[in-house]
Amino acid sequence: MESRAIVRIALLAAVIAALGMVPSIVLPIAMGVPITAQTLGVMLAGIVLGPRHGALAVLLFLFVVLLRAPLLSGGRGGLGVLFGPSVGFLLGWAPAAFVSGLVMARLKTLPVFAAALVAAITGGIVVEYASGIRPDGDGKAEFAAGFGCNRGIRAG
Amino acid sequence: MMIDGLAPQTWLHRVPAGVKLVGLALLSVFLLPVGDWRILAGVLAMIAMVYAGFGRAGMARLSLLRPLLPLLVVVSGVQAAAGGWNAGGVVAMRLLAMLLLADLVSMTTTMSALMEALTPVFRLLRPLGVNPRKMALAVALVLRFVPVLMTRWRAREEAWKARSHRRIPPRLVAAFVADILQLADRVAEALDARGFDRSAADRHSPPL
Repeated sequence: MESRAIVRIALLAAVIAALGMVPSIVLPIAMGVPITAQTLGVMLAGIVLGPRHGALAVLLFLFVVLLRAPLLSGGRGGLGVLFGPSVGFLLGWAPAAFVSGLVMARLKTLPVFAAALVAAITGGIVVEYASGIRPDGDGKAEFAAGFGCNRGIRAG
Repeated sequence: MMIDGLAPQTWLHRVPAGVKLVGLALLSVFLLPVGDWRILAGVLAMIAMVYAGFGRAGMARLSLLRPLLPLLVVVSGVQAAAGGWNAGGVVAMRLLAMLLLADLVSMTTTMSALMEALTPVFRLLRPLGVNPRKMALAVALVLRFVPVLMTRWRAREEAWKARSHRRIPPRLVAAFVADILQLADRVAEALDARGFDRSAADRHSPPL
């Protein structure tokens, strides 16, 4: 991969991180899953960089977070996020960026703004929430609450 | 600004990062099938003792868990409703133990040590096109870009506010994105000029 691509991927990962400094709303009803501006950065990554590089930017960002840089909104970071409530959303980010990029590439004939809007909605909202909220066995939806907890629910 | 580790050196700081990571993975595998609340309570007590051993700084870290309390209450409540109080307590305690353990590793390991511990993993991924050197560069770039981006955006914001009372329009964001993409390309050129990617050195400008 040439350095131009690497630097762009790093840049968009940093944009996602910088958006985390925008104060987030933690709704108690969402069980500690913050509603943040960071999802906007994820969509932007897909739209600007295209599906593959966009998803890579998200993965790079998550990697830096796991290396314990406190870049998730609310200043969270470190390996603990893997067991936190929002991990389902974090896992959904890479596919969200990928789908955003894919839709953006398909809509070349549309004006840029309209195409970006459609791409962001399909990628950011549809894919993101589909992975954040997982359908349960008996049809009702529930929040994906971390590996441990999910497996705990199955096992328990 | 970026690092929120534990300031005083503790005995856990001296344990190699790789050992801590493997230990965390093993512990999570062992803790998952445990269904007895007494064992989990014992594990939690042990973790609490480690935290207490770090003194005041360690105990202060515990307060960072406060935003997760509602989640723990809801999850254990759902479990208790479905499978009795025992199941609810077990799930909450297991989650709490894993969170505390992961945090323990995070706060006693420096970023560079973690990166180094992961280098063998990247080497394994090499056939898939992962280059450890480029990976390290990318991580360093992200950390450096965050403050740069914030400063640049603030400068734009100030320039707008100095000229107008109106709200910052969305088109300022578009101009900003274009600006930082140019910045990224200049950084890439600078990297190649310094020989980061030899093969690309002459790709940016036509040869004389």
